[in-house]
Amino acid sequence: MARQPRLLAAASGGGHWVELLRIRRAFAGWDVAYVSMFDNYVSAVPGARYYTVPDASRFDKIAFFKVALKALRITFKERPDAIVTTGSAPMLWFLLFGRLVGAKSLWIDSIAQAEEMSSSGRIAKKLATATVAQWPEVACAEGVECWGAVL
Amino acid sequence: MLPFDRFVRAVDEWARDNPRQPVFIQIGEGAYEPRHAPFARIMPMTEYRERLRGCSLFVAHVGMGAILQGLEEGKQMLLMPRRHDLGEHTTEHQLHTAARFGDRPGIRIVEDVPQLKAEMSRLIGEPLRTGETISNEASPGLIAGVAKFLDRARPRP
Repeated sequence: MARQPRLLAAASGGGHWVELLRIRRAFAGWDVAYVSMFDNYVSAVPGARYYTVPDASRFDKIAFFKVALKALRITFKERPDAIVTTGSAPMLWFLLFGRLVGAKSLWIDSIAQAEEMSSSGRIAKKLATATVAQWPEVACAEGVECWGAVL
Repeated sequence: MLPFDRFVRAVDEWARDNPRQPVFIQIGEGAYEPRHAPFARIMPMTEYRERLRGCSLFVAHVGMGAILQGLEEGKQMLLMPRRHDLGEHTTEHQLHTAARFGDRPGIRIVEDVPQLKAEMSRLIGEPLRTGETISNEASPGLIAGVAKFLDRARPRP
């Protein structure tokens, strides 16, 4: 029997993580490993593998590169077939490293980006297999799809 | 977690002026430490959720984590946006989120500290009517879209 396909589901702390949890039903049939920033989030995903990267969701360039090292290690350990992320910027590393292991990747821009796509989302368009926005107007302006929202 | 000292100080001052109201504050990496209310830097998600469930007024920044969890618990929410021009966030997106969510039942958005304090006092006595509690799941369209994407991403034997 073929092994279960592996998914890496990644989100920064706070709202991004809550958004990711709200799309979990779509992960049925996948062997999921989660990535976020705080150890205690493991309680939200019982039974799944859970990794953390440093909290870099701020104005901190050094932390951003520390995330890169950790993201590289996680990606090569997991060798996922697919990657799904709801942002933010530090999670872009997984899109980049995901390409090295042949993973198909999806960036879901945050529902907080109600007027324009995030600058990270614009970079994601170049790195991810698919990028979507959660507001139709934002998606339309960026030339990406909108499938719906986490709400 | 980004600091939001303007908010933390305002809620702490409200706690000082309203000593009979129990207040608990999560302050992140802020420099200002509350003197009139107990606080945590960052609560475990489960404790955050328990405190949210048990409160009668949820006061927060205009972050989606706060909004989504507040809606999931059916709580009245009083929200003040972080401002990029004051160094409180990386962009002005909380103002945009505020514009999108300010009209939802159970949510009140304020622009500044005096309004925040006034509305805290008001909403304790006259709570907002909240809408239906939302499910803990994204819209069917987004779930289906992600599932379809993943189906195509399955490795072919």
